[in-house]
Amino acid sequence: MFEASELNIRNRKIESLFRILFLLMAGLLILPVAIILAILTYKGSSVISMNFLFTSPTEGMTAGGIFPALIGTIWLVSVALLFSVPLGVAAAIYLSEYARDNWFTRIINLAIINLAGVPSIVHALFGVGAFVLFFRFGTCILAASLTLGIMTLPVVIVSTWNALQAVPMAFREACWNMGATKWQTIRKIVLPNSISGILTGIILMVSQTAGETAPIMFTGAAFFLPQLPQSVFDQTMAMSLHLFVLATQVPGVPEDVPYGVAFVLIALVLVMNSLSIAFRVYLRGRKKW
Amino acid sequence: MVTAMASLPHIDNPVKLAVKDVAISYGGRTVLESVTFDVHEHEIFGIIGPANSGKTSFLKTLNRMDIFNPSMTFTGQITFNDRDIRKWRNVYSLRKRIGVVFPLPVGLPLTVYENVALAPRLSGVTGKADLDIIVERCLERAALWDEVKDRLDSLGSLLSGGQQQRLTIARALSQEPELLMLDEFSIAVDPVTTMRIEDVLKKLKKEMTIVLVTNLVQQARRLADRMALFLDGEVVEVGITEDLFAGQVKDQRTKDYLDGRFG
Amino acid sequence: MSRADSTPHRDDRRNMDWFVDKAVQILVFVAGISAIVFIIGIFVFITKEGVGFIFKSHYALSESVFNLLEEKKMPDTQLDALTPLEGKAFKTSQDLILAVEGVIGVEETRPYKELLVARSLDQPFSLKTFFTSPKWAPTSELKPTYGALALMAGTASVTGLAMLIAIPFSLGAAIYIGEFATGRTRELLKILVELLAAIPSVVWGFIGLSIMNPLIIKVFNVPIGLNVLNAGLILGLMAAPIMTTIAEDALKAVPDRYREAAEAMGATRWQVIFKVVVPASKNGLVAAILLGVGRGFGETMAVLMATGHSINLPTSIFDSVRALTATIAAELGEAAVGSDHYQALFTLGIFLFLVTFLINMTADLVLRGIRKE
Repeated sequence: MFEASELNIRNRKIESLFRILFLLMAGLLILPVAIILAILTYKGSSVISMNFLFTSPTEGMTAGGIFPALIGTIWLVSVALLFSVPLGVAAAIYLSEYARDNWFTRIINLAIINLAGVPSIVHALFGVGAFVLFFRFGTCILAASLTLGIMTLPVVIVSTWNALQAVPMAFREACWNMGATKWQTIRKIVLPNSISGILTGIILMVSQTAGETAPIMFTGAAFFLPQLPQSVFDQTMAMSLHLFVLATQVPGVPEDVPYGVAFVLIALVLVMNSLSIAFRVYLRGRKKW
Repeated sequence: MVTAMASLPHIDNPVKLAVKDVAISYGGRTVLESVTFDVHEHEIFGIIGPANSGKTSFLKTLNRMDIFNPSMTFTGQITFNDRDIRKWRNVYSLRKRIGVVFPLPVGLPLTVYENVALAPRLSGVTGKADLDIIVERCLERAALWDEVKDRLDSLGSLLSGGQQQRLTIARALSQEPELLMLDEFSIAVDPVTTMRIEDVLKKLKKEMTIVLVTNLVQQARRLADRMALFLDGEVVEVGITEDLFAGQVKDQRTKDYLDGRFG
Repeated sequence: MSRADSTPHRDDRRNMDWFVDKAVQILVFVAGISAIVFIIGIFVFITKEGVGFIFKSHYALSESVFNLLEEKKMPDTQLDALTPLEGKAFKTSQDLILAVEGVIGVEETRPYKELLVARSLDQPFSLKTFFTSPKWAPTSELKPTYGALALMAGTASVTGLAMLIAIPFSLGAAIYIGEFATGRTRELLKILVELLAAIPSVVWGFIGLSIMNPLIIKVFNVPIGLNVLNAGLILGLMAAPIMTTIAEDALKAVPDRYREAAEAMGATRWQVIFKVVVPASKNGLVAAILLGVGRGFGETMAVLMATGHSINLPTSIFDSVRALTATIAAELGEAAVGSDHYQALFTLGIFLFLVTFLINMTADLVLRGIRKE
């Protein structure tokens, strides 16, 4: 047996000190959020009922439910998906399968980074300037969803790109060797083997889109609109904006109603994200090559 | 000298592949140069040489896989079916005519059946009965049918290394290539199976032209009608296999290599 | 061999597959450049709405014009009569003179006509005011003023406090996750951090409004809980998960052989971390901080709801402020399309766009620095 030198003991003490310090930092990051979520759940869940979920707000939004907002969010997210998923997946296919490593590709990548970094309110200004005014859509689901779609395009592109890159190069080469065109290779080998990864990214995008507020405030979401939208050219209520309105604009709302809205919104988002994470963990466990 | 050379029946066959003054480089660094030889229809042409002598790069050039590697360039002229491979307007139709088996076996992440049915499907074969016949015949020829016939639905990418190697051969055959190029096909295959595949290759000669890259001198001797020796980034010898093994060589290094003195 | 050049060849025909492949290539290329199109589109459209305002001019009786009139010995009665016109904008100098004539009479106006034409040109917006005046009063009846200094100070104070909180915690958390935690703990922590990043900003704003607000009032015994402290805390918690993820990626990018080499020389774990791993991943950590700053700078809803929304040069963390982003969100709805106010909000947008663009570019350059090494 070695006798632990004094230096050794000191070092070990310092190490465990740092270990605890860093654990504390990680913990302090997560703990307050856990507490906050607990409060939201505690206060919010008391309002949640079938009635709350499936009726319109009444009495100047101080009573009733959130049904139009829930449906509106589904509209907004769906239309945004229809726009950004095909575009984002195609863009990722270009970047992963066709683009060469040159200055032009670099510019595209910079544009994607910047698109992700532009403040959401600037996206909103763009939505107003481009879709509402210039293209004369007016404030409607289409304008709001296009704004949301452009905003979340980077999420789709980056996650799809990662999924495509996870398919080993050797599979592509084997296919090309057989005389398959690039597109045949993508269709037969690359996409079928990355589709689950792409879906994971899309779920993530849905979750992010559902929570966005600023981009839809001036492009298509209404403060109060009890009837459901009939087409993409209608305005609509949305969960995120509804929470903002209840919390800041409407006097006399019973305290637990906005908690209920916040709870539903956060549950929606967290369930989506957990789904995406579970999907990823499952994929990692499944061996295909 | 000339009179003593063995003559081969197919030496008068049309030229399938003509290689003239080819040099290959990666980012300016030349790995292979002054490659010149013809491959005639229905012959087995052996390319032998130690590792890293540029054999695999050469094969990649032949079916224009070099375009996927921006740093890879080649000079000189290669013609396939009398057409400069650089001038093929539809490079995919060139690759369809050339089947390649690379040393690292790659079973595609499809079922065994779909691995072999992929090329015919891409060429427009859709009938299940037709595909069944092609799949069975190709797997049979690649000496894999008996092992996988009961699990055609399992993933090709999860077969053992040796099985994946033969699956790759079956896939190359499923293209019905005019030229079959095999690069060290026996690396992951046991000796008995190797012999079975070698027998198949001898028969396949009637249907197609074969380029066989190997570092097994005896395998080349068993199979190749003619062969070329790649050494130190160049071709040092091209000749009829029998003649070369009989000692009729232009370069002393060929004799040394064939006798196993190095490599 | 020359006959093979461009003449048709029996084996070499372009078929359907070839054309489909080309078509797909063109299609995905168009999709690929869409990101460039959108980023340019964003810039063009907000500039289109906002930039005209920067160079816009009109004719008005500003304070300096009144001083000049006084120097020219305009009677006090007339000056007083003109006071209601102060700051009112006219398209041409002719319109202005007509208005003046309407108030004090045609004859009385004549001696000052030349002066009015020459000196009444006024710009509603000046870059100097924008960057130096804390007065943001776009709806003022008398004289709308577009000074963004207080808004910038609001954004800066909130982002600054958020970074003070988020930088140490997220780097600490990243080091714990990347260097200490193993197996399941590590996976669990990573998942938790990812979930934190998913909470929508409007929910954060609500938390600031309804949970943090009363808490701050109670704990610090201050009249208002919606202030720099509140928004800074919220924004810190919001930015930390992203920063943690990027920082952890940067730590992970340090090859294990560095750690092994240092450990072989007898360094302890924390020595390895501080002397080897952190310096080696410094670029990634800087990028993480920059992207955190970018996120804080551009955050809208949480800042809108938690800052207290009063235009203020803050002197303490208990002051209410207003951020650039929040100003747009709060005022765009009430500004008439095409009005000065509306355009001024787009001008704020241009400013936000340019600053975040700069931050993102810098972060990317810093990150590229690592890859080159």
